[in-house]
Amino acid sequence: MEFFSHQTNYPFMATRKVWYTLSALLMIVSLGSFFLRGVNLAIDFTGGVSAEASFPQAANVDRVRASLTAAGFRDPSVQNFGSSRDIAIRLPPDPKQTGATIRAQLETALRGIDPGAQVLQLDVVGPQVGNELKVSAIEALGFTLFGIFLYIAFRFHTWRLSLGAILAVLHDPILVLGFFAITQMSFDLAVVAAILAVIGYSLNDTVVVFDRIRERFEGNRRSPPDVVLDQSINQTLSRTIMTKVVTSIVVVALLFLGGPVLKGFSAALLIGIIAGTYSSIYISSAIALDCGLTAEHVFPTVKKAALDHLP
Amino acid sequence: MLEYPRWKYILVAAVLLLALVFALPNVFGEDPALQVAAKDHSAVTPAAEQQVESFLTAHGVRFEKGYIDQGRLMVRFASVPDQLAARDAVNGNEDFKNTYITAVSFAPRTPEVLRALGLKPMPLGLDLRGGLYLLYQVDVNSAVSQALEGYATDARRALTTANIHFKDVTVGAGGQADTIRIQLEPGADVTAARSALNQPLQGLGLTASSDSAGPVIEAAMTTAQVREREDYAIQQNITTLRNRVNELGVSEPIVQRQGVDRINVQLPGVQNSAEVKNILGRVATLEFRLEDTQHSALEAVQTGRVPLGSKLYTHTRIGRPILLKREVIATGDQLTSATSGQSQEGPAVNVRLDARAGENMLRTTKANLNRPMAVVLIEKRPETVEVDGKKVTHEVTDEDVINDATIRGVFSNNFQITGLQAGEARELALLLRAGSLATPLYPIEERAVGPSLGRDNIDKGVTALVVGMAAVFLFMALYYQVFGVVADLVLLANVVLLAALLSMVHQVLSLPGIAGILLTVGMAVDANVLIYERIREEIRKGVSPQAAIRAGFEKAFSAIADSNITTLIAGVVLWVLGTGPIRGFAAVLTFGIATSMFTSLMGSRALLTLMYGGRRKLARLAIG
Repeated sequence: MEFFSHQTNYPFMATRKVWYTLSALLMIVSLGSFFLRGVNLAIDFTGGVSAEASFPQAANVDRVRASLTAAGFRDPSVQNFGSSRDIAIRLPPDPKQTGATIRAQLETALRGIDPGAQVLQLDVVGPQVGNELKVSAIEALGFTLFGIFLYIAFRFHTWRLSLGAILAVLHDPILVLGFFAITQMSFDLAVVAAILAVIGYSLNDTVVVFDRIRERFEGNRRSPPDVVLDQSINQTLSRTIMTKVVTSIVVVALLFLGGPVLKGFSAALLIGIIAGTYSSIYISSAIALDCGLTAEHVFPTVKKAALDHLP
Repeated sequence: MLEYPRWKYILVAAVLLLALVFALPNVFGEDPALQVAAKDHSAVTPAAEQQVESFLTAHGVRFEKGYIDQGRLMVRFASVPDQLAARDAVNGNEDFKNTYITAVSFAPRTPEVLRALGLKPMPLGLDLRGGLYLLYQVDVNSAVSQALEGYATDARRALTTANIHFKDVTVGAGGQADTIRIQLEPGADVTAARSALNQPLQGLGLTASSDSAGPVIEAAMTTAQVREREDYAIQQNITTLRNRVNELGVSEPIVQRQGVDRINVQLPGVQNSAEVKNILGRVATLEFRLEDTQHSALEAVQTGRVPLGSKLYTHTRIGRPILLKREVIATGDQLTSATSGQSQEGPAVNVRLDARAGENMLRTTKANLNRPMAVVLIEKRPETVEVDGKKVTHEVTDEDVINDATIRGVFSNNFQITGLQAGEARELALLLRAGSLATPLYPIEERAVGPSLGRDNIDKGVTALVVGMAAVFLFMALYYQVFGVVADLVLLANVVLLAALLSMVHQVLSLPGIAGILLTVGMAVDANVLIYERIREEIRKGVSPQAAIRAGFEKAFSAIADSNITTLIAGVVLWVLGTGPIRGFAAVLTFGIATSMFTSLMGSRALLTLMYGGRRKLARLAIG
C-alpha cells in the first residue's frame, strides 16, 4: 500500500503565494482571537478551586449553580463534564478557605440537590502557585524555542534555512493558541506540555525536508533552487504524511478514549501536528527560497571536498 | 549479501532480555494488602513478621504472602474482605495496637524471585490511584530570624558578662532580616564589646558604627549561612512531616522537597484533607521564656510603655496580660517530646528538650528558682485582605502564652508541667508537640483525586494505549506488509524497553505519562518510516533488495538523528522545568526518544538482516 503510487511532483514552490496567504490568514485569526478573547486559563495558572462531582442521575447544571451561590460561593462556574451525570465546578481563588472547608461546603450544597452526589476530585491552587506555573510555562516555551534556534543555527549553516525553520516552528504554537482562544477549551499545564511536544515534532518534519534539500544540493549543484526544493519536499512527502497519519492515530485514540483529563492535551497535539505538517511542507522551504537560498549556501565551494565524506 | 556485526546482535538480544526482566514486574497487577509499620519508626523484624503472620493464621484470616519492604511489613490478600478482616484483627489486639500502625493499601503481586532482585513495577501517580496531594510553603525567613534570635541571646549574655552596658539587641532592625543590631550605651568601649562578641557571634560579619544614641555594632549572617539555615529548616520540616504522615497510617506516602522552600506531600488513598491538614498543617512554634516580674504588666498596658528587653502579651490563653523577657530559653525545635500523663498533682505534661536547651534550662532554673516561666505558642497563618481592590495575602503571627508555671526546682532537659485539667494536659502536649515544627509552613496547593476517578483514569489511559497501539500496528502491517510487521515487533520492543527504563528509575506513572508512552509509539514509527521510505526509493531506482536495505538504513540515519534531537530538546526542557505529572510526561518523552532510536536503528536492522541477509536469491522485498 502506498499513499502515492508514483513519485509525486507537486509544484510547492510555484504556488507558495497561496500557502503564504493561507498561513497569514490563519495566524491573523489566531493571534486576533488570542489577544481579543484570550485563552481560558485553567486553575493551574489562575489559582482557584476546581472540583469534579458526579450525580446518580443527570445533573441539572443551573440548579447546581444556584445552590452553590446560595451556599456562599462567589461566581461558581458549573459545566457538564464527560457525561450528563458529571459536572465540573470552578471557583475563583479564595485563600481564606482551605480544601477541607471547601469540600465540606461543596458536599453539603450538592447533597442538598441529590443525597447521592459525590465529589470525585478537588483541586485548590493558591494564587502564587498559579502565577509561578504561568512564569515557568513561559520559561519552558522560551527555553525550548531558544534551544531549538541554537540547534538550527548549528545544524544548517545558512540563516536562510534557519529562518524558514524558525518561522515554521513559531507558526504552529500560534495556531494551537488560536484554537484554544476560539474554542475556549480549558488551557492547563498539560496543554503547555503538548505545545512543547508540538514544537519538537513540527521541527522534526522541517529537519527531514532540509536534510533532503542538503542531499539534493550536493548531487545537483547546478539545478535551480526551486526545483531542488520541490524535489526534496516531494521525495519526503510520503514519509511526512505517513508519520503524521500514524501519530494522529494515537492522538485521536487519546482524544476519544483518554478521558476528559487528556482532552485539552490531545486536542493541542492534534492541531499542532496538522499545523506542523502543513508548515513544514508549504512554508519552511518556501521562506528559505525567498531568502535566496542556493546550493552555494548549503555547500560553499571551498568546503566541498571536506563535506564529501558525510553521509 | 547483507551483514550485521555479531556483537550488535548480541547487544540487541542482551538489552531486550534485560528489558523484559525489568519490565516484567509491571504485568502482575496488585492485590489488596495491609501495611504494618512500627510506631517508633524502627524496622519490622522477620521475627515480628512471623508473629503477625501466625497471629493472622490463628485468627483464621487467610493471606497470600507477607514480606518486609523498606522496614515495613506488607501482607497481601486475595480479597478485600480478607484484608479488612486482617486489619480489624491486628488493630483489635492491644499489643499490636500499641506497637504498630496499620494501613490498608495495594501491593504489587510481583513474584518472590523478581522482588528479591529488587525489581518493582512503576509506582502509579495520584491521578491513577486516587489520593491527596499537598504543596506546602515553608517560611524560611522565620527560620533565619529564629537563628538570629539565638545569636542575640548569646550576645546579650556575653555583653552582660563582660560588663559592657548596652541598650538593646534587636533582630531584623531597619528591615534587614539577616542582621542583629546591638545598640551600646554612649561611651561604651566598642573594642571591648567587639572582643566580647567575637566568640558568641562567631562566623557572623561584625561592623561597628555609631548613631545619635551611641555606638552600634551590627552582625550579619552571610548568604551561605542563611542558605544553610534555610536548608536546615526545610529538612527538619520534612522529617517532622514524615513522622506525622506516618501517624496517619497512609501506605507509601511521599514527602519531598520541591524547589527552594517547598515541600510536597503525596498521600495515596487519602480523600478528606480535613483530618490530614489538622495533623500536618498545625503551623506553630514554641518559646520558653521567663516572666518579667520586675515590671508590672498592667502598668505596661496602661502606659503603653514596655520595658526594654521585655515583650508585652495582652490577650492570652492564661487570661491576663503578661510581660515576658525577650531571652528565649528553649524553642520548639529543641523540644524532643511532649506527652500528657499523670503526676501527684493531677494531669501533667512531660517535656523533654535537647541537650543545648537543657543546659540553658539548667542555668535559667538555677538562677530563677520560684520565679514564673511561660510557654509562648506562635502560630502563623496566611490572611488575605483587600487593598485598593487588590487581594494581598500576607502572614499573620498569632502569639499566645499557653502556659505559665512557677519553677519549682532546678531541672535541665527533662521536666513536668503540672497544675492542669485532664483535657488541658492533653491539649498542651499536642500544642507543644505541634510547636516542635520549627518553621511555619502553610499549604498553597491541594489536589484530591477520588479512588473511583483514579480507576477511571487508569482504565481510560490503558484503553487509549491498547486501541492506539493496535491501530498503529494494523496500519503499519497493511502499509508495509512484512516490513510493517517487523516495525510492529520493533515498536513492541520499544514499549518494553521504555517500561523497563521507567521501572528502573522508579518513575511515577501518571496519566500524561501513559499518553507519553502512546505518543512515543506514534513517533517511534517515524524512524521506521524514514528507513522504509528510503528502501522503497532505492528499490525504485533499481537497486538490489539487500543493497536497498543497507542504503535505507545508512541514508536515513542523519534524518533520524536530527529529527530526534529536536524532540529531545523539548523533552529535556519539560523535564527540568516541569513538576508532577508533566515531569512524568517529559521523562517518558525523553526516554522514549532514546529507546526508539535504539530499537529502530539497531533492533530492526538486526531483525531485517536476520530475515533477508543470508538469502542468495531475493527478487523483491515485501515492503508494500
